[in-house]
Amino acid sequence: MITTKDIRNKYVKNYPSAFCPGCGDGMVLNAMSRAVEKSGIDQKKVAAVSGIGCAAWIPSPYWKVDTLHTTHGRAIPHATGLKVGNKDLEVMVVSGDGDCAGIGGNHLLHAARNNIDLNVLMINNGLYAMTGGQVAPTTEHGEKTLTTPYGNPSQGIDICNVVKHSGASHVARWTTYHMNELIKEIERTIDIKGFSFIEVLSQCPTRTGKKEGLSGVEMLEWYRENTTKNKEEEGIYVGEIQYVERTELTEEIYEQISKRGGKPR
Amino acid sequence: MADCLNIKIDRDLCTGCGICIRFCPKDILEPSEDLNQYGNYYAKVVDLDSCIVCRRCELFCPDFAITVEKEEEKC
Repeated sequence: MITTKDIRNKYVKNYPSAFCPGCGDGMVLNAMSRAVEKSGIDQKKVAAVSGIGCAAWIPSPYWKVDTLHTTHGRAIPHATGLKVGNKDLEVMVVSGDGDCAGIGGNHLLHAARNNIDLNVLMINNGLYAMTGGQVAPTTEHGEKTLTTPYGNPSQGIDICNVVKHSGASHVARWTTYHMNELIKEIERTIDIKGFSFIEVLSQCPTRTGKKEGLSGVEMLEWYRENTTKNKEEEGIYVGEIQYVERTELTEEIYEQISKRGGKPR
Repeated sequence: MADCLNIKIDRDLCTGCGICIRFCPKDILEPSEDLNQYGNYYAKVVDLDSCIVCRRCELFCPDFAITVEKEEEKC
């Protein structure tokens, strides 16, 4: 039986963290560590790439694997280079919604189209939390943020469907309330060849909480009451959205090189 | 049950967010009266005998502060 103490000693460093009390980022770190432990792959074969933002801090100072902390929105291009350069690595991209869907949205579409073997975790709290709580592409209609104090006038983007129709192999959505399911999903993505994208709805008790008057605990309760695993019911659907087997970019590139007599490293 | 079960809470890692207290199915945790060195009301165990070892507090803690230790041989 794995206890928190074993996980903390093996996978976590620099704690206590800079995350706010009740933040979902620590829970995602917990889920990622447990998934890597359960899948049984070597910790030295895992590399994590992150951009800028609260969620990008999950791997870079706190996770005990090799990490790249890159520029804003450019986590996926850096990860693509890393994966093509060394295809034995298990590359995970951990990124927030402002970083992954806002600033680096274009990169996300093309990585999904190329279907490169990356595991992307997008931690969605619905706003740019680190810079003060400004409106993001994923902010729901009518939600109050720092720059939309009377409610968001535009609609939020359904990023899972965007990635699904761009051609990703595996797309799923979970929340921080569904910890066991999230661990199983991350463990599954490690085995999947192709682009896997998991959207994790996560609470922000400081920015959303201040504007909407909710604590981290109340937001977790909101996720429990407003999510559903049945596609016909009303509410936010959580679970697997797409799984298809498609050709993978790294394998194609290596095949082309070896066909022409080259020796890929 | 209580002699082979131990719930360790690292008081300086706990930020007092209250997630473990709210989502414990048997309500065995409570916020403390005194503060830790970072000024947070850390969680403490008040009713260890009711614990059913579901390990939900361990799984939900964002700060890796709670460890549920159960000695399998004795129980």
